[in-house]
Amino acid sequence: MPQPPEPDWIEARLVGARPRAVAALLRYFRDLDLAEEAFQEASLRALKSWPKNGPPRDAASWLIMVGRNAAIDHKRKQARLTGLPDEAVISDREDTEPDLAERLDAADYRDDILRLLFVCCHPDLPAIQQIALALRIVSGLPMPRIAAAFLIGERAMEQRITRAKARIAKADIPFETPGPVERAERFAVVAAMIYLVFNEGYTDANPTSERAKLCDEAIRLARLMLRLFPAEPEMMGLLALMLLQHSRQKARFDAAGAPVLLDDQDRSLWNQHQIAEALAMIDKAMLHRQPGPYQIQAAIAALHARAERQEDTDWAGINELYEALERHAPSPVVTLNRSVAIWKLHGAAAALEMIAPLAEPLDGYFYFHGVRGNLLERLGRNSEARDAFGRAIALANTPAEAAHIRQHLDQLEGERTTGKP
Amino acid sequence: MRYTILCYHNEEITSSWTEAEDAEVIENLKAVNRKWAKNFEPIVRLMPTTTATTLRKSENIVTDGPFAETKEQLLGFYVVDVDSYEVAVQIAREMAEANPGGAYELRPIALYYPNGEAIEDAPTP
Repeated sequence: MPQPPEPDWIEARLVGARPRAVAALLRYFRDLDLAEEAFQEASLRALKSWPKNGPPRDAASWLIMVGRNAAIDHKRKQARLTGLPDEAVISDREDTEPDLAERLDAADYRDDILRLLFVCCHPDLPAIQQIALALRIVSGLPMPRIAAAFLIGERAMEQRITRAKARIAKADIPFETPGPVERAERFAVVAAMIYLVFNEGYTDANPTSERAKLCDEAIRLARLMLRLFPAEPEMMGLLALMLLQHSRQKARFDAAGAPVLLDDQDRSLWNQHQIAEALAMIDKAMLHRQPGPYQIQAAIAALHARAERQEDTDWAGINELYEALERHAPSPVVTLNRSVAIWKLHGAAAALEMIAPLAEPLDGYFYFHGVRGNLLERLGRNSEARDAFGRAIALANTPAEAAHIRQHLDQLEGERTTGKP
Repeated sequence: MRYTILCYHNEEITSSWTEAEDAEVIENLKAVNRKWAKNFEPIVRLMPTTTATTLRKSENIVTDGPFAETKEQLLGFYVVDVDSYEVAVQIAREMAEANPGGAYELRPIALYYPNGEAIEDAPTP
């Protein structure tokens, strides 16, 4: 007789099994709402049955079978008003598991989960709705937590998710097993969405807020994808990149919640476990010799992580990696980032010259004016620096960013009143 | 007599633990480690299976992910300290030549206490 499991143990199992179970139920029902309801019903039955009968060997298979049967019975009942069969018949794990074992081979369910995530990334949906939907459907975060993460009311978030689901219901989701090209496309879209989830959390100064926890959720999703598709170097790169950025969480903000620049961070606060895992992951990805934007960004972050002191940073290596990134994913933002390496290697004048052509494409970009103001300030061109910081402050995305620029402006103001140019 | 105690768990669950939950489990374990302090030799915590690669010896190919077959049994393990994954793979390949058949799984180590010093890390209760 198995020991009755602890209730929070059941909860952990349900959370762990959720992506696989909802993904398989979506394949059966081809309807997100039905799949979710079926999973919820199965979870309720698990809470009743598992303490009594012991945990199933494979929680996801159990939930899929019970959820599917419950939903089918529910449909029947609605249609014909016939009674539900005895619960014992549908929730007996001895009956359900052998049947499912064949159906649930890895190749099958990994495409299910990829599809489930891909469905949430429908291109018609704004990014925030994609993320909210994935967090609700795939991660199973409760609505109040999602609403809190996006700093809006619960009712408003519920409406957004309902609208997003309605949009998806109208779209044609291909349910056949994807070919290699299509799978690769889905993979790229899903990776981008996972990174969006991470970035939402990254900007939050309070590590215990719901918003900041999105970073953990994104890392969890990337791990899930890698367990299903272990040979994807770009997903390894993305996971490594997120781990490295997350490793600095405790150092990235000061006590007042203002962002602390990489150069000024207390490196002893960096999480060495996350750094070690990320470095191993990059190392492993490199065995594939298929570099891509996430791997290169992770490698750049790794060079920062390897430097015990700011002055130990391998700026030449970082410059080379940014050049590689410019080839793989050319963008003025990448060039702007490379200018920081050029500044460290060749001085502020060289960096300023390098970013001059970016003035037009990045005119509306906060960081461009911030970096430019910084370089001008270092060159002693204070009145131009003031103008650049003025532009930056107008474009700041958060109060913390604005406060940071304000410090520079105050500094310049102080110098002006003491007679410096 | 020396024994190894090999740890198994469902990674879907352990990867859902928060930092605090993880720390709590470690603290609970350390209490046992302390009690048996003179019996503990190396204590090793492996990184998640997402960091693993497997060398299938007969085909001499390296694949991503942990060793997942159920026909073979775990017979032993080595701990090597190297500069890169590539070197670890190289060592495994040379061992495969010496001892063909089966597979080697390579898994980075997250925490390594050669003489069970993990116990001393714990705050005194």
